[in-house]
Order: sequence, then C-alpha cells, then structure tokens
Amino acid sequence: MHDGGFFFQAFVYLTAAVISVPLAKKLGLGSVLGYLIAGIVIGPFVLGFIGEEGESVMAFAEFGIIMMLFLIGLELQPKMIWKLKAPILGMGGLQVIVTALLIMGIALLLGFEWNTGLAVGLVLALSSTAIVLQTLHEKGLMKTDGGQNAFSVLLFQDIAIIPILALLPLLGSGHAAGSHAGDGHHGGTTWIDGLPIWGQTAAVLGVVAGIVVAGRYLVNPAFRLIARTRLRELFTAAALLLVIAITILMGKVGLSPALGTFLAGVVLAQSEYRHELETNIDPFKGLLLGLFFIGVGASIDFEVIAADPVLIMLLVLGLITLKILVLIAVGRVFGMSYDNNLLFSFALAQGGEFAFVLFSFGLGNGVFEPSLVDPMIAVVAVTMALTPLLVLLNEKLIQPRFGTTEKAAPETAAAEEFSGERGKVIIAGFGRVGSTVGRFMQANDESATYLDLDADNVDLLRKMGLEVFYGDASRYDLLHAAGAADARLLIIAVDDPDKAVDIARTARKHFPHLEIIARTSGLADSHELIDMGVRHVYPETLDSALRIGVEALSLLGHRRYHAMRAMHTFRHHEERHMHELAELRHNRRELIRETKQRIEDLEELMLVEKRERHRDKELGWDASGHLSDEGHMRD
Amino acid sequence: MRKILILFAHPAFEKSRVNKCLIDGIEEIGGVTFRDLYEIYPEIDIDPDAERKLIEQHDVVLLQYPFFLFGMPALIKEWMDLVLVHGWAFGSRGTALKGKWFGSVMTTGGSRGAYQPGGFNRFTIRQLICPLEQVACLCRMHFLPPWVVHGTNAISREEILRQKERYHAMLARLADDATDLRRYGGLEYLNHYQTAGE
Repeated sequence: MHDGGFFFQAFVYLTAAVISVPLAKKLGLGSVLGYLIAGIVIGPFVLGFIGEEGESVMAFAEFGIIMMLFLIGLELQPKMIWKLKAPILGMGGLQVIVTALLIMGIALLLGFEWNTGLAVGLVLALSSTAIVLQTLHEKGLMKTDGGQNAFSVLLFQDIAIIPILALLPLLGSGHAAGSHAGDGHHGGTTWIDGLPIWGQTAAVLGVVAGIVVAGRYLVNPAFRLIARTRLRELFTAAALLLVIAITILMGKVGLSPALGTFLAGVVLAQSEYRHELETNIDPFKGLLLGLFFIGVGASIDFEVIAADPVLIMLLVLGLITLKILVLIAVGRVFGMSYDNNLLFSFALAQGGEFAFVLFSFGLGNGVFEPSLVDPMIAVVAVTMALTPLLVLLNEKLIQPRFGTTEKAAPETAAAEEFSGERGKVIIAGFGRVGSTVGRFMQANDESATYLDLDADNVDLLRKMGLEVFYGDASRYDLLHAAGAADARLLIIAVDDPDKAVDIARTARKHFPHLEIIARTSGLADSHELIDMGVRHVYPETLDSALRIGVEALSLLGHRRYHAMRAMHTFRHHEERHMHELAELRHNRRELIRETKQRIEDLEELMLVEKRERHRDKELGWDASGHLSDEGHMRD
Repeated sequence: MRKILILFAHPAFEKSRVNKCLIDGIEEIGGVTFRDLYEIYPEIDIDPDAERKLIEQHDVVLLQYPFFLFGMPALIKEWMDLVLVHGWAFGSRGTALKGKWFGSVMTTGGSRGAYQPGGFNRFTIRQLICPLEQVACLCRMHFLPPWVVHGTNAISREEILRQKERYHAMLARLADDATDLRRYGGLEYLNHYQTAGE
C-alpha cells in the first residue's frame, strides 16, 4: 500500500490532518484529538497507509515537542521560573514519587519483582507534555492556576527523565546493564559514556552553563548580524539551527533535548529577538506536533489490544484512575481550589511519550520482558489518546456538577504575569519619531511594546533599558506576538511610507479593535491611510514647520500670542483639507484642482484674518463693535 | 422639555473628586447636553461659532466649575469673552440670548460660613459672582441662583454621592417644562429650590 515515496507520505499525513482536524474542532473535540484520530485512521490497522516507517516519522516528529518547550521557555522570564520553584519541585516531586510507589505496590501484589515494579512505576508516573500543553493551550487554560501547576509538574517530569534514565540500568537483571540500546533519543553513543560519574556530571553541568552563557552573550550578536542582511528566510534558518544544535548537543551528553531547548528559551526570553524567534519557530512546531500526534495515533497497536482487550482496558482505566487520585491529593496538599484541582488532575492523567522511549530503553537493559512492554506501550498510547476526551469530560460533566463556579477573575492577575510584560500600546518604529513618542509615553507612566527593524538601533535602545524588540510590524504573527490582540493603540512611527501603509493594512485586517495613530511623510500616504479608515494621521513635518513659522513671525515683531493663534487656524484648515481631499485621491485631476482651490481659499482666509484682525474669532476682544453701536455701552 | 447646556471646566479634572462624581451619568438626564470644555479645547482655541450655535439650541446655560481664588477657571472666562459678543449676545442688535436662563454650579473648599461678612472669605458667594449676574442682565437672560457644594476639602464619599443625587434631581426639575423657574429667582442658592414657594 505504502510505496514510501516522500511526497506520497507527506500527502497522506497532510491530507489526514487537513480533513480530520477541522472536523474534530467543529465537533468541539480540539485539534489534538483530530490528529490522533487521523493517525489511527491512516495507521496500520485501519487504512494501512503508514506502517513500519511510522517509527522514524515519530522520532522526527518528537522534534515538535522540543520546539514547543523552546517556545514555552521564550514566554517565561527567569524570575517567573524562580517563582514556580515550589510547584515544580514540590508538586512534581510528590506526584512522581507517590505515583511510582503506588504502581510498584500494585505490581508487587500482582507478583512482579520489586525492581520491575519500580521501573514500571517511574515510567508510568510521567505524563505527556505535548498532549497536555497543546490541549490546555488550545482551550486557553494555560494561564489558570490548574494550567500553570500542570506545566510545573510536566517540567519536573522532564527533569526527572535524567535520573530515571540513570536508574533504569541499575534496576535491570544485571547481564544487560551498561549496554545502551539504540533508541532514537538518549541512547547511541554519547560523548560522555567513557567518563567516570564525576566527569559525566561535570560535562552535563558544563553543557548547561554553556547554553546559558551562549544564549546570553553569543546569540544576540549573531542574530544582529543576520538581521542586518534583511533576509527573512535566513532568520528562520538561524532559529531552526539554534534549536537543532541544542538538540544534538543535549543528545550527546544524554540529557533531554526538550529540557535543553526549554532552558535556551528561558535564557532568550529577555532577548529583543524573542518575538521574531517565536514567529519563526511557531509554524514548524505546529506542524511537527501535529505529525507527532498522528504518529501516536498510528502507533496504537490494535493487535496487542485485540489479544486481550479486557486486560488492556482494565490497565487503562486503572492507570487513569490512579493518576487522577494521586493528582487530586497533590493538589489538595498544595491548596489548589476545587475547579483548578480537577482540571489539573484530569489533564495529567495519562502516560507520556517518554514512556515509549523508556520502555524500549529498559527492554535493552533487561529491566523489562517484551511480554510486559508491548501491552504497556499500548496502554500508554491509549491513555494519551483519551486525554483530550478526559479534559472535555471534566469540562462538560464533572466541573459543572461538582466544581464551584468560581470566576476567572482572581486568575487574571496570574495570567498577566505569565504572559510577561505587554503594554496597552505598541509602537512600530523606534527611530527619531517613535523614540520621542516612546519617551513621552514612558514619562507619563504608559508602558509600550516597541518593534523596530534596525538591529543596531534595537541593540542600542535595549542597552538603555528599553523594551524594544526586533521585527517587522507589518507581519500579522509579529503584531500578534507583540500583544496586538490585547493592546489598545498602535502607533505607526516608521519612516518608510510604504511600510507604514503595510502595517496599517495588517492591523486593520486582523486587529480591527486597535486604534491607529500614524506618522506620515506627505499627502499621498496620509490619504491612503485615511482611506483605509485610520483617523489619526500626522504628517511628520507639519507641526515643526508651523512652530518655526510662529517663531519667525515673532522675531519679525508679531505678537507671539497672535502668531500662535494664527498657527492654530492654519493647522486646523490643513488637517481638515487633508481628510477631505483623501476622498478625491483616486481622481488625480480633481485632486489637483481641489488642492489648488483650497490653497487659494486658505490664503484668502489668512489675508482676511490679517486685514480684519481675526474679525470673527476675536470679536470679543475688539471694542470697535461696541463703539459703533449707537445705543448704550458708552462710558 | 427645556434643553440644558452644561459647560464644564476643570483644568485638573484627573485630580477631581467631587466634580468627577457630580457629572457621572449626567448625560443620561433628559434634555441635558454636557460639554467638557478643557477636553474639547485643550489648546484654549475656542470655536466661537460652534459654541454660539449650541447655545441657540438650548434654553438653559449652566457653567460648572471649581471655584478657584474667588473666580472661574481661565477657560470659562475665555469662553465668555469670545462667545458672548456684542451684536449677538448684547448690544442693540444682540438678542440671541434673550429669555434664556443662565446659572452656575460650583464647588468650593471653604464652608458656607466662611463665605459671609465677617467670615474667613469676607464676601458671600453671591457677591463674588456678581459679574455673572450682570452678564445675564446685559444679555437679557434670567439669572439662576448658583448651585454650590461647600467644604469639598473634607467632604465624605457618602456626602458627595448625596450631593450628586440632589444635583441630578434638580437638573431633571429644570428640564421639566412644568417647573416655573421664575420662582427660584429669589433664592440665595439654587440648592434650596424645594423650599421656594409654590
């Protein structure tokens, strides 16, 4: 059925995704379930489009998880991580240890050896980072207490994989210990295999320190050089290179690549290239994660299930129930509110993708028998596939019935913290105009997010302590990353008129709620923006020209206050004409005629004003009217 | 229904406590048009034509402002100088305002007792705002006694809310055609309108 051509493969995967994901979303099931079902359908047991090679696709698709962790790291400032240390260590530690011990106890009761039981317990204690985070994210639950705590626990589990990998060979029957089996990720030859324990520890610490230092001092200058070339695809390539390099490096020292890229993400969270990195990596992450979920669906071994369906179902139910109970207890210990605790517990109640890796690793080390591993992998895959359904079940049935109906209000404070600093104002272009606007905003306690395309400029301004990001504000994804969905104002202060129009067009199309204030260079771009519905348009030279005019009049002996008032009149007409002429801008002849007419009108008006000393406006300050009135008022 | 134009001027409205409350929801009262002059003319460049057109569409003009150093904020004076001009508001041909009602709503830090002969401020509010009374006379308008909220430096939140309620009730009464406004002419303060003889 599958002749294995790359394009045919890609065609099958993409078709499955494009058909099943929108369907699943339409049914309110979420994209994760859509991908999983697609995987089952094209997998070896239904249509059979993908078979053995599914495994290599899986290894490739796990790269999506690595990217996801990188993006999550980018969203988290180091100080946020520090704040989360209690849930990460406390909740994560408690959950893993208690779950592992309980499973071990059950295994002992069933007559297994204690070491096998402990190994199975440790492996099954882990949950699926990919499925949980994607599901919660899609439902907008990441920023709730439950979501954040789930994230903390997943983070701990990712760290826990390192000691578990070290522990598994020791739990083995001995004869196979030390001979690492090839398993895609952690096996193979690492650089540090031959080193003694202290040497391995030193190497691991060295690599971690290296990532931190490089992220701090090397990545920014490198990106600046790349940004200067103004080639977007080069930036994408560099971002991918960064993530891949870390993945390889972590693999070589036997650490989880997801953890490594997460760390790199956190280090780069303060970089001005944060938004740009996010926008470049995000589509790859999405595709690869989708591929990963399809892979999970396809890898559910229905033959194993069919061999003893009752046993498998009992194991699945048992594992989910056990995990939920442990998680609820952990949530209670840490004082989580009822609703959040339920969400937290239902979300994390599955086995994780690392179980696949660890089971095959343990198999190679003689910890597990093949007769144990096959059903276990099937159980894990089924629990993963059930996760979106469990979250849905909790949302639709359990929470409405048993949960307190607490509002999201107290959670919003945490939500704001989690998404980092995001102003009500986005300023696009931080040059001569934007920087003054920005300083003025800051002087008046209004924080703003700044975007600029000049890498040197961004660097300089960040050295001065301003929150400036590198990126092209005319791109939807970048505006989105800068917080356009929640912002109120977009100030377009770039000096390139075409770019300004592009930015305005993107913003009008995707963020119609954003009020736009635009700096323009002349009539043409002003008209184009007004035509687009931008109401606040400010030609960059008008105000300073008029101030020069006031000064000139004053030096020539005009009263300063009179000059100022004349300036107001002039500017008022100028701005009104700009808006009125915008309607005629497509008709060039008409435009020229109208403009001429209006200049004449204005000159006429100014002359009349001069001749009659602001007759209309300043009548109240002029006694001539009183004097000519024959009636009273003489005194 | 009488149409009421409220011209509000507070140069530091962001720091205001009493006025902020007094105007809260004021536009929902039938017949009331509310204009925040410092918001409309931040550069003090009043548009006299537009202002005159507005007045022509209303029956009652109320100036609302905090009483600073026994006078009104500069923008109201500017407004009067430029809008109430000879030939339109007064003079032999100036009859645009004839028969309209003209009053003011003010907040003062000092207590009512301070605004008395022999008191801290030596003059009554009515004495201090007599230029307004004369402007009304000059423009052939009826003068309404001032609505005053005294002692705003030490006023409690509850008292502000009470004052607001009374103020809004009074505005509704002014807007009501059935109310004979001439009855109020003899009051010292409009605050006591309910005690005016039927």
